[in-house]
Amino acid sequence: MFEAVAFYLFAFLTIAMFYITVTTAQALYALTALAAGMIFISAFFFILGADFLGAVQIIVYTGAVMALYAFGMMFFDTTRDVKEKNGNKFIVVSLATLAAVMIVAIFMAPIVSTNMQAFYPAIEGIGNTQMVGVVLFTKYLIPFEVAAVMLLVAMVAGIVLAGKKMDLSLTKMSAAQIKEIEDKDKKVLS
Amino acid sequence: MEIGLNHYLILSTILFAIGLVGIMRRKNLLLLFFATEILLNAVNIGFAAISHYYGDLTGQMFAFFVIAIAASELAVGLGLLIVWYKRHGTIDLDTMTSMRG
Repeated sequence: MFEAVAFYLFAFLTIAMFYITVTTAQALYALTALAAGMIFISAFFFILGADFLGAVQIIVYTGAVMALYAFGMMFFDTTRDVKEKNGNKFIVVSLATLAAVMIVAIFMAPIVSTNMQAFYPAIEGIGNTQMVGVVLFTKYLIPFEVAAVMLLVAMVAGIVLAGKKMDLSLTKMSAAQIKEIEDKDKKVLS
Repeated sequence: MEIGLNHYLILSTILFAIGLVGIMRRKNLLLLFFATEILLNAVNIGFAAISHYYGDLTGQMFAFFVIAIAASELAVGLGLLIVWYKRHGTIDLDTMTSMRG
């Protein structure tokens, strides 16, 4: 009973928040609604018994990703209204629904057709966090390491792309000035 | 009323559709990024629900990797976006026609 109430409440809230995110003309409203939607999604993870995933969702999405977006938005002109593509709305909505239904069908086809067996069944009496740790550090160790390397590469890329010449505005400089700076960089590097 | 796997998958589909609508109607690249985050979160709900109803942790593991990929995609994408904005002063998709597409 409580599960049903919680499910429908959070489903409604999540859909409403994400609907605001994709329809509002203000970038700041979109950011706030997206952050709220992320927190509501973590409620589903808690309902489903994936406690660690819910905690990670709150920490990573609403902590790190939203902070990064808010930081990035300081560079952009977010006060003016966002321009929209004014295409045929019917085509957009029907294409999106069709694609989503197709993707669910693709994922559900193998599940419906055969009896699924759990690879790593949950053991009674062991908490979700402990179980996640056991599976992640035994069966999924290599993907875990690869993900760590990927995050390191992404961090280096972010620093290199956004952190260079923070005191200059490349928008206000002419092409010749930018080229001059780049040539100077090449001399330093070589 | 008992909440089953289908409820979660339908919710996941609805959220995925909202994300796709966002991707198709937005012109601002930052808001396109928001729509991508919605897509990834919709898929995560599906993974967690299947993981719960089949008593298997593989779905949760994939959700973790999806979160890691989303974080790194965001770091690189936002860096590129800042560089583009510094050079051109706008992040609208329609202005990115330097390849004469």
